[in-house]
Amino acid sequence: MIAEFGLAALWLSAALAGLQLLAGFLGLRQSGSELSALVRPAAVTQALLCALSFGALLLLFARTDLSVALVAKNSHSDKPFIFKLAGAWGNHEGSMLLWVTVMALAGGLIAFLERRLPERTMLATLASQAFVGLGFYAFLLISSNPFERLVPAAAEGAGLNPLLQDIGLALHPPTLYFGYVGLSIAFSFAVGALLTRQVTPDFAKVMRPWVLGAWIFLTLGITAGSYWAYYELGWGGWWFWDPVENASLMPWLAATALLHSVSVLASRDALRAWTIMLGVVAFSMSMIGTFLVRSGILTSVHAFAVDPERGTFILVLLAIYIGGALALFAFRAGTIAEGERFSVLSREGALVVNNVALSAILGIVLLGTLYPLLTEAFDVRVSVGPPYFNPVGAIFFLPMLVVLAIGPLLRWRRDSFARIRLPVIAIAVVGSAVLLAGWLIAGIALMPLLGMSLAAAVAVGSFLPLRGRSLRRLPLPVWGMVIAHFGIAVALFGMAADTAFTREKLVAAQVGETARVGPWSVKLASVDPVAGPNWTALEARLLASYRGGGEHELKPQARSFWTPPQQTSESALLTRWNGQLYAVIGGEAEGGRWQLRLWWKPFVTWIWYGGVLIALGGFLALLGRLSGDLRRRSAQAKIAARRAPETVSEPVEVVA
Amino acid sequence: MSVRLILAALLLVFAGPVAAQDTLPPAPYAYRQLDDPALEAKAQALMETLRCLKCQSQSIADSDAPMAGDMRHQVRTRIAAGEDPEQVRAWLIERYGDYVSYKPEISATTWPLFAIPVALLALAVLIIVRRLRKAK
Repeated sequence: MIAEFGLAALWLSAALAGLQLLAGFLGLRQSGSELSALVRPAAVTQALLCALSFGALLLLFARTDLSVALVAKNSHSDKPFIFKLAGAWGNHEGSMLLWVTVMALAGGLIAFLERRLPERTMLATLASQAFVGLGFYAFLLISSNPFERLVPAAAEGAGLNPLLQDIGLALHPPTLYFGYVGLSIAFSFAVGALLTRQVTPDFAKVMRPWVLGAWIFLTLGITAGSYWAYYELGWGGWWFWDPVENASLMPWLAATALLHSVSVLASRDALRAWTIMLGVVAFSMSMIGTFLVRSGILTSVHAFAVDPERGTFILVLLAIYIGGALALFAFRAGTIAEGERFSVLSREGALVVNNVALSAILGIVLLGTLYPLLTEAFDVRVSVGPPYFNPVGAIFFLPMLVVLAIGPLLRWRRDSFARIRLPVIAIAVVGSAVLLAGWLIAGIALMPLLGMSLAAAVAVGSFLPLRGRSLRRLPLPVWGMVIAHFGIAVALFGMAADTAFTREKLVAAQVGETARVGPWSVKLASVDPVAGPNWTALEARLLASYRGGGEHELKPQARSFWTPPQQTSESALLTRWNGQLYAVIGGEAEGGRWQLRLWWKPFVTWIWYGGVLIALGGFLALLGRLSGDLRRRSAQAKIAARRAPETVSEPVEVVA
Repeated sequence: MSVRLILAALLLVFAGPVAAQDTLPPAPYAYRQLDDPALEAKAQALMETLRCLKCQSQSIADSDAPMAGDMRHQVRTRIAAGEDPEQVRAWLIERYGDYVSYKPEISATTWPLFAIPVALLALAVLIIVRRLRKAK
């Protein structure tokens, strides 16, 4: 019954999306049409029904209902409960249901909360949200039904990929999806504003918190995903320029650019067309990412060509939505006035550089991700990896960091170099000092050296806007900016330090033997078999001491799962403030020895601390914006309340 | 000697090489570093830019696949024998095709990978200059 209920709820919410689109469209055509009153309730009900449908899927996974094909294929009765739940989105159909659920929830939220925009823009926005939603409902219902029954029911499930049976990865997809799909709101707002030609600072103020919210989730999702890859894959790498990773990075790059440009539009009424364009691009990147990950094209272009149903479906959706939005943009962009002017040396000027650089990096990541797929279609296989992305991306990334260090010091509209000379000199001195010290004393290679120097410059630059301001009266969004920019510096330093200083040790050790890696000595104390709920493992007990200090215990495991049968290595990590010791036990070597892989990774954790700081900065900015909005709303309510008695006593004046 | 025995003996002779092919040559340097840290660093840097052909988007420097181990052994022994990393890369490309290297070379098929970033750079400079000049 639960599966049928879920499916019915899904069909109903798809129908409501249709109603929402139709009513919105007709309401736009005839202003004052009574149909437009349907749009908001339709959006809210659609969100509730879709959430119920997803709830039904969660329940099926929680109960391991093996008469449902999806559950039988992806779950198993003796899996830990949290991974049973996570199994609901650890597969194609379930994750697409999560996608439309988030999309419906986003639409429902703006329908329920957002009252500041002109009603026509709101209608166009909600109609656009429903239009995009409909395509993905169709995709789910036609080619990826998650509630399909299995007759007869399976006796036991096939299990979940062991690599995914990890708390980090259980939570990673929902976080990322909130960001990914949350950007659909920016897309719909952009389309709505294009349709009604209402690109104003007020519009930007309405759009900003939604962009911020999606961006925070994306930032956290990428940070968590990177940390998961780092500890779960067992080789200490934290970014591989893998197409799946790029698929999450591209919307983030676009959203970061959008976030800055929407702020310019909100405060200065400049960069109108550019902001709209980025709103369209950001969610387009989410959709392209979904196509890459969900169509199976990444495993092989040819596998995709053999079973193209799902891939073609998404590809057609992409063409309609991205192509349609870009065509609308091309058609309407000319009618959007350019907005306020500004001088080269101004906050806006710096933000233009930031936007252009981020867009160029986005272009390169997109190119490097899609190009191998393109050539593979012609039977030429090339690989594009770190040796391409790192240097080519750096061409834009490094100048952007310089501007990032200085930009926040500038005033809006027009500024003079004389005013900011002192802080700029301070930033330059710190950056050069690190550069020289790293080169002459530590002999660091060029790329990590530049990274460290710029990290130091950005770190100093991020706090300089606080100079001469009362810290207690500083608005929250400014704190947010300072902390997010400082987070960039922290993450960059972590990346550079990991690249420059990592020490690796591979040994085949006998029990009782000690290996040295960097400042650590690590003794293999014992190797014992252990068992978990759905795996058995060989567990090494390592005793590690830092520069001859006290011993710490690490227990890396080589695990064997039996549903499905697969080996994974569970790394053991020992975290200090200045880095991590990373230990993995491999196979058995000859002579009763054990393969051990040990890394000392100085400051590697700073990469993720930085990511969390960036998200925290976004959160503070969001909090500041929301509390500002609430204050304004209650002030308006007070004014309205003060006027209200007058209107009662003197109704004639109101008419006048 | 019966015909069947001769046949069986022949089979054994021919089966020998076939059976030998099933077991890969031992690869001691798959999980062992070179003694010279400078050479090991060179080998490591190279391994990070070579694709593990049996995995999805992993370099041979971070994969447990037997083939990745075999390739690590090849890379380390060749670097230890004094070969230049780019020579080793060329040798692997000759053996496995361009796909094995994460570092695309400029060629008739890959030139857009290099031309487009240059065009992007020109475009970025153009946008910034135009935008800012107009503003004055």
